[in-house]
Amino acid sequence: MNVAELSTIVVWGATTAYALAFVAFAVDLARRAEVSTARRVRVRQPALVGAATGSVADPTGGASSTTRPAEDGAAGAAGEPDGDAADAEATGGAEATVTEDDAPTEYRPGRALGIAMSVTTLGLVLELVGIVLRGIAAHRVPWANMYEFTVVGTFVAVLTFRLLTLRRDVRFLGAFVLGLSVVALGLGLTVFYTRAGAVVPALQSYWLVIHVTIAVIATGMFTVGVSASGLQLLKESRESGSPRLSHPRFAMLDQLPSVRALEGLAFRINAIGFVLWTFTVMAGAVWAEHAWSRFWGWDPKEVWSFIVWVVYAAYLHARTTRGWSPKAIAWFSIAGFAVLIFNFTGVNLLLPGKHSYSGLDLNN
Amino acid sequence: MARTSTPAPLPAPAPAAPGPALPRLGVRGALRWVWRQLTSMRVALMLLMLLAVVSVPGSMLPQRPQNPAAVARYLRDNPDLGTWLDRLGFFDVYSSVWFSAVYLLLFTSLVGCILPRIAVHARGWRARPPRAPRRFERFEVHDALVTDADPEAALEAARASLAAGRRFRVDTDTEPATARTPAARTVSAERGYLRETGNIVFHLALLGLLVAVATGQMLHYRGQALVVEGRGFANTPAAYDTFEAGTAVNPDSLVPFTLELDSFTARFDTAGKPTFFEAAVTLTEPGAAPQDHTIRVNRPLDAGGAHVYLAGNGYAPQVTVRDSAGQVAFSGAVPFLPQDASYRSRGVLKVPDVSTGDQIGLVGFLLPTAVINGDSAYSAYPQPGNPALVLQVWRGNLGLDSGVPQNVYQLDTAGMTQVAGADGAPATVVVPLGETVDLPDGLGSLSFDKLPRYVALDLRYDPSLGWVLGFAVTALIGLALSLFVPRRRVWVRVTEEGGRTLVRTAALARSEDVGLVGEVEQVLDAVRELGPAEPFAPLDEPNGAASARLSGADAHEVGAARGRGHGGRR
Ligand code: HEM
Repeated sequence: MNVAELSTIVVWGATTAYALAFVAFAVDLARRAEVSTARRVRVRQPALVGAATGSVADPTGGASSTTRPAEDGAAGAAGEPDGDAADAEATGGAEATVTEDDAPTEYRPGRALGIAMSVTTLGLVLELVGIVLRGIAAHRVPWANMYEFTVVGTFVAVLTFRLLTLRRDVRFLGAFVLGLSVVALGLGLTVFYTRAGAVVPALQSYWLVIHVTIAVIATGMFTVGVSASGLQLLKESRESGSPRLSHPRFAMLDQLPSVRALEGLAFRINAIGFVLWTFTVMAGAVWAEHAWSRFWGWDPKEVWSFIVWVVYAAYLHARTTRGWSPKAIAWFSIAGFAVLIFNFTGVNLLLPGKHSYSGLDLNN
Repeated sequence: MARTSTPAPLPAPAPAAPGPALPRLGVRGALRWVWRQLTSMRVALMLLMLLAVVSVPGSMLPQRPQNPAAVARYLRDNPDLGTWLDRLGFFDVYSSVWFSAVYLLLFTSLVGCILPRIAVHARGWRARPPRAPRRFERFEVHDALVTDADPEAALEAARASLAAGRRFRVDTDTEPATARTPAARTVSAERGYLRETGNIVFHLALLGLLVAVATGQMLHYRGQALVVEGRGFANTPAAYDTFEAGTAVNPDSLVPFTLELDSFTARFDTAGKPTFFEAAVTLTEPGAAPQDHTIRVNRPLDAGGAHVYLAGNGYAPQVTVRDSAGQVAFSGAVPFLPQDASYRSRGVLKVPDVSTGDQIGLVGFLLPTAVINGDSAYSAYPQPGNPALVLQVWRGNLGLDSGVPQNVYQLDTAGMTQVAGADGAPATVVVPLGETVDLPDGLGSLSFDKLPRYVALDLRYDPSLGWVLGFAVTALIGLALSLFVPRRRVWVRVTEEGGRTLVRTAALARSEDVGLVGEVEQVLDAVRELGPAEPFAPLDEPNGAASARLSGADAHEVGAARGRGHGGRR
């Protein structure tokens, strides 16, 4: 077995780990749903907060007659983060307005979530190893064709998600980010797969590192952003009494941050993605100037990268224009992502152009 | 609407149920209305989405500037639809009237949008932070504490913490006591002017980018030349196979350098994938000694203010053709165009200058590593392992005298007949490198002498490049500022009540802002450092704050926002 084959096997391993993590995240979402349906109480949304912060949720410093700490007494309102940082982190915001007669079976992150997070981390380590091995096998940066782009892109998406969880409790996004990643990796390993090898002269440039790296990171960001937008739409539908989403199966949506908070989260991530995408397009133009003797030639890939940019620019404008509902804004975010995915798949596979990653083009 | 209708001079009283009078616009009013619409964010948004939509067809249909041959093929295959699409500009979308209209409207809208904002921002630049509002509880983010520290000291601590590192523009003020409120000292602070500056810079840079690109279109020229090893060319329009220049270019103004191709190196991996291309050239600029350079893909050469790119490469078999009288009728290197990854290359030899008899045309392939099995012939590898020419022979009139320019890669067979072999099928001659083979029908002979390579060079001159890059980078920086610089206002009010010092503070952000709570807490932390302090319970609020407790929703928002602030500081 050579290094390239080893890399592929390790990436399969990472995919398996992500699939397991996905299942565990889904189980956790289902548990959130059970908690929500078991109690017919108004629950304030778990805020996007860390533990030590529970106390300040009450401006008076905690003592109050209408609010008391959630039953487990952990980080809720007591103001003292308990020993288990991870646990506390999650409960931090899940402060409940508890009424007289209800059994306070507050949602608490259980074993499923713990497993999900550990397996996600394991998958990240495996995927990183797979990427490094691929680079060693090919003697270059390992993101020069669709397969490699998929591997690195999913790595960045999951890593972005994992890093976000360090700062706030966005673990509810896990099922979505990992679900998307597993599908992408599955496609990558089966449909887009190409042998490791040297790249054609047109790709031999440090711009491959700059342009593609940033493109991959931007794609990872947009993936997390669209996950938040999707959840926001689902939650909003449920809250407005959509017959399909009012089913108890979707009760986990009640446990998520408010529609507004989800919208804000999606925005912050998409905004970073947008700046990175702007850079991607510019770096691509500089590279095209070196490699193809023009910085912009309306090649299909250039056209669609431009469309991605314009749609996300419209998203930002919609956001700053008064009168647009969070729902409409979320649809812009989803449209942007759809175009992004088409740019990656459809343009490479359907439209002939200079960006054919397949390899050979004598006029480079 | 700026102008409403003037009341008609009707006798009073007015009719019983007058409908609302429609405003009469007039031409100026109408124009103003159009302008107002055009510069509204809603229309800007629509134009942006429209720009995305009108960009699509250019990626789906072949485009003339990029691939004229594909357009011709499309027109041949779809004559009806094609003609209409052509008329509507669908084969050159990005210069079409409708595409241009959308982006020009968008940029007009942008100008109309950005100019007033520049004026507002310029005025705001010198303004002092807005005075502290009366009631802090209205704000999502607010907090308070009581301390025994001296009010002046508390105020100064709060002010200093905001002004530290010049983060905030800070102002202090005094409020006299009123019937309901005690006298107070306040701090107003604002930061993040750079956010709006960045936004304006970004939009202006986009405008600059458009102008730079358009200027480049007028001032640029580009030429393509095919150069065989050992040969060269001079930088004049006539020396190029194709030459194209912007409207403001004087073709006589080109810097007359010459460029010679000394050698070309190509390397391939074992699977035949190219791994390395390099052209070694000699550049002679006017008034300078000849200089050796290399050109690679991704590494163009600077010559005479222009860039010279390595755009392609191939083989140009050098052959000698003798006619039936044994006279040399043709001798030279003929570029063949690669057709596939193994450099199976197609080419045409036209031999008009025969001393007797018919003119000769030879059409066929060069196989760098020829594998010939009976009827099938292919190239196994792109390098010249076993080069051979495989050609079919035509005789008759090449039609070169007709005055119509001919494609050198195509044989006009109108006046020619194909030479058949003994079996009646078209004759094929196979000429390995270094050998001479007789042509059928006693037409003469063909020698395959050498196999030099050629390169396709692309030369481009565009003086706007630096500007384009400059505006692009400026736009990127402006964008990052406008998205990531937080714009925040913080207020502090210090009062003395019951012998203790009460410090209240509130903060407001332009858009949702995770760090906002951190600002408020930092102010209070600075006060806490002066001495023991307790959180201040709003129930005791002297100036009758409406609610003792925040409503559930507010509490959540505040809690969430605060928590994030803390989280960020951990
Ligand atoms: C080529 C066309 C345009 C592009 C690509 C574009 C792009 C952008 C981008 C990416 C932003 C994000 C920065 C931010 O949200 O702060 C932005 C903000 C903004 N744009 Fe544009 N824009 C264009 C035209 C316009 C036009 C025509 C208008 C006015 C009608 C406009 C008004 C604004 C405003 C007011 C903001 C600031 C929003 C804020 O303060 O947060 N833009 N633009």
